[in-house]
Amino acid sequence: MPSFMGYRRPDGRYGARNLVAIIPSVTCANDVAQAISRQVAGTVVYLHHQGCCQLPPDLERVTDTLISLGRGPNVAAVLIVSLGCEGTEHERMYEELAATGKPVEIIHIQALGGVTKAIREGTDIARRLAIQVSGLQREEADISHVVMAIKCGASDTTSGMASNCAIGAVSDRLVDLGATVVFGETTEFIGGEHLLARRAVTPEVGRQIYNIVDAMETRAKSIGCDMRRGQPTPGNIAGGLSSIEEKSLGAIAKSGTRPIQGVLDYPAFVTDQKGLWIKDTPGREPEILTGMAATGAQFMCFSTGLGAPQGFPSMPVIKICGNPRTYERMEEDMDVNAGLIITGEKSIDEVADEVFAKILRVLCGEMTKNEAIGYFSAIDIHCLGPVI
Amino acid sequence: MKDKPIAIQASTKDNVATIFAEDIVAGTEVVVLDPSGTRTLMTVQDDVPYGHKFALREIAEGEQITKYGEEIGVATRDIEVGAYVHVHNLDSMRGRGDLEGDK
Repeated sequence: MPSFMGYRRPDGRYGARNLVAIIPSVTCANDVAQAISRQVAGTVVYLHHQGCCQLPPDLERVTDTLISLGRGPNVAAVLIVSLGCEGTEHERMYEELAATGKPVEIIHIQALGGVTKAIREGTDIARRLAIQVSGLQREEADISHVVMAIKCGASDTTSGMASNCAIGAVSDRLVDLGATVVFGETTEFIGGEHLLARRAVTPEVGRQIYNIVDAMETRAKSIGCDMRRGQPTPGNIAGGLSSIEEKSLGAIAKSGTRPIQGVLDYPAFVTDQKGLWIKDTPGREPEILTGMAATGAQFMCFSTGLGAPQGFPSMPVIKICGNPRTYERMEEDMDVNAGLIITGEKSIDEVADEVFAKILRVLCGEMTKNEAIGYFSAIDIHCLGPVI
Repeated sequence: MKDKPIAIQASTKDNVATIFAEDIVAGTEVVVLDPSGTRTLMTVQDDVPYGHKFALREIAEGEQITKYGEEIGVATRDIEVGAYVHVHNLDSMRGRGDLEGDK
């Protein structure tokens, strides 16, 4: 049974990173949070654009998502930066995160007397938290503690025929070892939902799969235009994908073949769910990466054909490139070359072995390319209603 | 057959294959690999870019176009064996808010 060396958290989970998360409870607190994070080593910040002047279900969704991000096992301690008058429930954020046993602090910009005073106070707190958690040692953890997120972005036709197939093989292995795997991109289930529903563990889960696809398609159609102008993207079409159906079928390949246990809401944090799960997310990177980090995933396997370089502040993203030409051109941003499947030089299983080995190293602390280059600031929370 | 460009048929049910080679022009011979690894020599009738598809058999207007053994769209005109298949002759049937208005 494979294992990894992780940071044990008070709730029994194991992190692959040991970070202090600076969480703005509303977009209006971003600049203060960013200034604190820039100053203090070992911190990350979630620079999102939500948290006020939204409908109540969205405000709850933003609050819940930020709580889930703070609960993530890669996060050792949390500093919440609140403006004071925002629509999100910043006090509930504090209470629920403090209940996990992690060190959690909160500051309010208005109560402290403005931006510079809040930066000073927040920097002081973040420095203390960073030193407090910095001496924690890694401990051996069973592979069943792993939560893997999967996604594909900047896809071309190699994604569905090489990198997604390799990730699918890795997904099957992790599920068989008792770990948790979460995939999303509901938009890209369109045209393939019947295949996913067939793999659902119960008819009810099958219905949930149809429901989230229907809701996503209805939202797109309600604008009264042809969704194809947005999906597949112009880049996808240039790469050879002719329809959303073709993109979806190739996208689904990355989930492997194991039964689907259930559907998670966007802000949901994985507690004791094992096996393969779906999270209801859109396909765009800032929103899906946030939703996937909110599951508590220690890392993500990200399949790409045209070369998507981005990551996430508290979740290493392993790039698996299906296009051998892209890998050659963008090797500095790509972690694994699955293009060798297309050229006939390696089998899917051989590439899956390589991905699996990289996963174990990343869990133990090895950086991904996007971490090393520090490309992970463009994030956001997916909301359903209008800004009002 | 060894040095010919490669095209991949994802499922034996598929009526298109995806080309993974450069400089495919009308008249180029390609090797189509099916899932079991069986190789078939075919002639492509159009210029087809890397990662794009061509027809493995005749596809009539209105007929389903199949990849991964599943429908990826419908032919908007008759497609000949070896012809390039993409958005110019394949129409998606999903997310079509523009078609809802016609009902």
